[in-house]
Amino acid sequence: MATVSIRDLEIDFGTIKVLKTLNLEIGEGEFIVLLGPSGCGKSTLLNAVAGLLDVTAGQIWIGGKNVTWEEPKDRGIGMVFQSYALYPRMSVRGNLSFGLKMARTPHEEIEKRVAKASKILQIEPLLDRKPAELSGGQRQRVAIGRALVRDVDVFLFDEPLSNLDAKLRTELRVEIKRLHHELGSTMIYVTHDQIEALTLADRIAVMNGGVIQQLASPKEIYRRPVNRFVAGFVGSPSMNFVDGTLKMDADGAGFVLSDGTRLSLAGYEFAGTPKDGQAATLGIRPEQVDLVKTSDDATVLPIKLTMLEPMGADSLVWGHVSGTQFSVRIDGEDHVATPATVDAFFSPSQSSIFDKASGARL
Amino acid sequence: MKTRRRMNVATYVALFPAFIVVVFAYLGTMLWTVQISFTESKLLPTFAFAGTRQYERLFATSRWSISLENMVIFGIGLIAVCLVLGFLLAAALDQKIRFENTFRTIFLYPYAMSFIVTGLAWQWILNPTLGLQQYVRNLGWTDFQFDWIIRNDRAIYVVIIAGVWQASGLIMALMLSGLRGIDQELWKAAKIDGIPTWRVYVNIIIPMLRPTIITSVVLLSLAVVRVYDLVLALTGGGPGISTDVPAKFILDYLFGRANIGLATAASSILLVIVLVIITPWLYYEYFRPKRERR
Amino acid sequence: MATATMTAGSTAPEPSGPRPKRLTADRVGLYVFLVIAAAFFLLPMYVMIVTSLKPMSEIRLGNIFSLPEAWTIEPWLQAWNSACTGLNCGGIKVGFWNSIRILVPSVIISIFVGALTGYALSLWRARGSNLLFAVLLLGAFLPYQVFIYPLVRIYSSVGIYGTMAGIVVTHTIFGLPLMTLLFRNYYASLPIELFKAARVDGGGFWAIFFRLMLPMSTPIIIVAVILQVTGIWNDFLFGVVFAGRENLPMTVQLNNIVNSTQGEKLYNVNMAATILTALVPLVVYFVSGRWFVRGIAAGAVKG
Repeated sequence: MATVSIRDLEIDFGTIKVLKTLNLEIGEGEFIVLLGPSGCGKSTLLNAVAGLLDVTAGQIWIGGKNVTWEEPKDRGIGMVFQSYALYPRMSVRGNLSFGLKMARTPHEEIEKRVAKASKILQIEPLLDRKPAELSGGQRQRVAIGRALVRDVDVFLFDEPLSNLDAKLRTELRVEIKRLHHELGSTMIYVTHDQIEALTLADRIAVMNGGVIQQLASPKEIYRRPVNRFVAGFVGSPSMNFVDGTLKMDADGAGFVLSDGTRLSLAGYEFAGTPKDGQAATLGIRPEQVDLVKTSDDATVLPIKLTMLEPMGADSLVWGHVSGTQFSVRIDGEDHVATPATVDAFFSPSQSSIFDKASGARL
Repeated sequence: MKTRRRMNVATYVALFPAFIVVVFAYLGTMLWTVQISFTESKLLPTFAFAGTRQYERLFATSRWSISLENMVIFGIGLIAVCLVLGFLLAAALDQKIRFENTFRTIFLYPYAMSFIVTGLAWQWILNPTLGLQQYVRNLGWTDFQFDWIIRNDRAIYVVIIAGVWQASGLIMALMLSGLRGIDQELWKAAKIDGIPTWRVYVNIIIPMLRPTIITSVVLLSLAVVRVYDLVLALTGGGPGISTDVPAKFILDYLFGRANIGLATAASSILLVIVLVIITPWLYYEYFRPKRERR
Repeated sequence: MATATMTAGSTAPEPSGPRPKRLTADRVGLYVFLVIAAAFFLLPMYVMIVTSLKPMSEIRLGNIFSLPEAWTIEPWLQAWNSACTGLNCGGIKVGFWNSIRILVPSVIISIFVGALTGYALSLWRARGSNLLFAVLLLGAFLPYQVFIYPLVRIYSSVGIYGTMAGIVVTHTIFGLPLMTLLFRNYYASLPIELFKAARVDGGGFWAIFFRLMLPMSTPIIIVAVILQVTGIWNDFLFGVVFAGRENLPMTVQLNNIVNSTQGEKLYNVNMAATILTALVPLVVYFVSGRWFVRGIAAGAVKG
C-alpha cells in the first residue's frame, strides 16, 4: 500500500502550460479518478506519475519516497493503457512474464505471480494465445494482468475502457472495482467518461485547463459542484442552466428569471454571502425536477413543455424555462401531454447557483 | 443485380489499354522469349526446335556462371548490409534526435539519383591512382591498399558498397515509417516493465516490423536481379568479366553478340528466379483474405 | 501541503523539477553513429562537387578530398557545351534536352492511363479485372530482359523502334503497374458513398472520372509525378535499347562520355556532367521533401 503525493507539479510542452502548479494527495488504497475533457491534462498528469515524461517543476512522491527523478520501473507502479499495448508477438504468458524476466526475477517466483494474476483475472485458459487471438475485453484483462504481476502498490489506468464496446465496458468496470476491493491497492484512473468516474472512484478530481477544478467524493461532485464547469461536465443528461439575478429581500433569497418570475430559494445553502441583484445562473439537474408536487418546501418552476423523448426506463421532457432550453427526467411509465405549460417543482437545497461572471458556486 | 448494374461498356473501354499492355507487352513477349529459348535462334529467331540445348550451353558458359555467382554475392551483401544499416539508421532517427529532418534528407538523397550517377561517382572515388587510395598515400601511409575496383576477386564488393550507398536510404525510410506506425503506448508499457531499449527492439519491435522487412527484402531482391546500369557505370563488368551480372550478360548476348537463343534462355532463368521470389509475397500482400492485423 | 517529514537540512538537493540532463554515453554514441553515416552518404557528392571545380592539373596530384586551390567553372561549361561521346562533341546538353522530350509525354501519358485503369479497377466491375490487375502487378516485378527482344521486334514491325514514340510507349507500358496500383489504392481509400452519390445523381463512367475523381486526385498525382519523373529520368536500359541514336537520354549519354576510352579522362568534366545528370531528380527530391518519402512508401508497400 502506498500514498501518492503530487506537489506543486508543473508541466510545459514548449510554451504551452499543460499543468499549472498542481497539488494532489492520494491516500493509501484510495481509488482516485482523474476526470475531464480531452486536453485537460489528466493523461499528462498520469504519465508524469508513471515517470514517462519529465516534469517542468515540482515533485512526485510515491509511498513516502521522492520519485521525481526515478525511472518508471523503480517507482513501484503498474500501468494499463487504452490501446492495451500488449507485446503483439508474444503469448499472454510471455506478456505477463517478460518484464519480470528482464528484472531477473527467479523462475519459480515468475510462475507463481503469473498463476496468481491469471487466476484473479480469469485468463488462465488464454495463457498460450497471442494477443491477436483475443477479444478486446480479454486483451485488456491481460494488460491489467501485466500490471498485476509486477506486485506493486500503485496502479495507473489510462482510459483503459475507451476502446471497448458499451457492454464490455460495463463488465470490465465492475471487474476493476472488484480488483480494487480485493487488492486494496492505490489506484489512479484517467477517464473522460463520467459514469466510470462516478461508479469507481473514492474521490474524483475533475480537471480542466491543467487545473483540478474539484476534488471530492462522487456524491459531493454530483450534488455540490464547485463551479459551472464541473456542474455541466458531470451528470447525464447535462444540468439545466437558467440565467437570472439574485434577489435578497424580506421574503428571503430569491432568483428572478429574465421574464420577471421570482423563484424562492428557501433552503439553499449559500457558500458565502450573496449580494442582492447579483447576476447568477441557476443549475438544476433534470432528475431533480418533478412535474407533480411531492414536498411542501418545493419551489414552483413554470415550464413550457414541447416534446417528450422516451428512453426506456425513464423519459426526458424537453421544454423552456423563461426562454432557455430545459429538460426534465420523469419515470418511463408516466406520460405528459405536450405541448403544454405546467408548473414543475424543484427543491432549492438540491440545486446549484453559480456566479454568472466567474462560474463559481455561490 | 448490384454488380450487373455497375458493369458498363465504358469500363471495358477504359481497361482496354491495360488489357493490351498485359496481353501483348507482358504475357505475349514473355511467352515469345521463352519460346525462342527453345530454338536454335542466333541473329534472328528461327523455329528450329532445339529442346533444352540453349540451356545446356548457357550453363556450360563460364561467363554465365560467374554472372549468377556475382548476382548471389551482390544480393546477399546488398540485402544484408541494407537491412542492418537501414534499420540502425531508422532506429537512430527514432530516438527524438536533433536535426532529424536533415539526417533523413542526407540518408535518402542517393536514392533519388540514378545507378549510372552512383556508379560513376564511386568509380571516381575508388580510382586507385587518383582516388581514395592515392589520397591516403599522400597523407603518409604510402603502402595503403584499396584497389578493389581493379581486382578480379574484390570488384564485386565495390558494387555492393555503391549499391548500399544508393539503396539503404530507401530501407531506412521504409523502416522509419514502420517504427513510426508502432503504438507509442507499447514503448511506455515496456518502460514501465523496465525493459532495456535494445531488448524492446530485439524482442518486440523487430518482430512487429516483419511485414516491412519482407517488403524490403523483396524490393532489394528485385533490384539485385535487375542490376545492370550500376555495374555498367561502375566497372563495366570488369575487370575482365569479374563483375558481370545476368542482366548485363543478356543484353550483351542480345545486341552485342547476336545470340538471341542463349540470351532468351538466360532471360527465362531470370524470370523463374523472380517468380520464385515474388509469387508467395504477392499472394501474401494482395490476395490473401484480409484479417484484422496488429 | 507536503507533510514535513523530509529532512530539510540534508546535503543532497531533494529531487524536484525535470530530471537533470546528463549526456549519457548512449546519446553520444548515437550522434557519433549518425554523423559517421551522414559522412558516408555525403562523401561521394562532396568529391564530385570539388572535383568538378578543379583544373586537371590539381586532380592529377591525387588529393581527391581537398578543396580546389584554383576554383574553376570551366569543366561545367565544357560538360554542358562540348563534352564528347566518340566524335560527337555537343556536350551533355544534347542528352538533357532529349531526356526532357522523353520525360514530358511519358509522365503525362503514363499517369493518365494509370489513373484511368486504377479508377476502373477500384470502383467499377468488369469481368476478369482481378486477373488483369494480378498480371499487371506481376509485370512490375519481372526482369525487363524478358520483354526486351520481343518488344524490339514488335516495335520494328510497327515502325516505332528507335524513335521518340518508341521510348514513350515503353515508359508508359512499364510505368503502368505502379501507376495503376497507386491510383487504385487511392480511389479505394476514398469514401465509397461519394461514388454512390455521384451514381445516384446520374453520373456515368467518364463524367465521374473527369469531374469528380480526377479533381480529387491532386495528392496522389503529385506522388505519381515524383515517382515517374525520377524513374524515367534515371532510366538507362530503355533509353539505350529503344530510344534510338538521335534520342539518347542524358543517363546514356553521360555513361558514354565518362566511359569512353579516347584520350585523357577529364575527370572534372566528367564529374560536372554527372552532377548535371543527377540534378533534375535531386531538385525533385529536395523540393518535394516529405512527398518523396510518401511516394516511395506508397510505391513500395501495399495500400
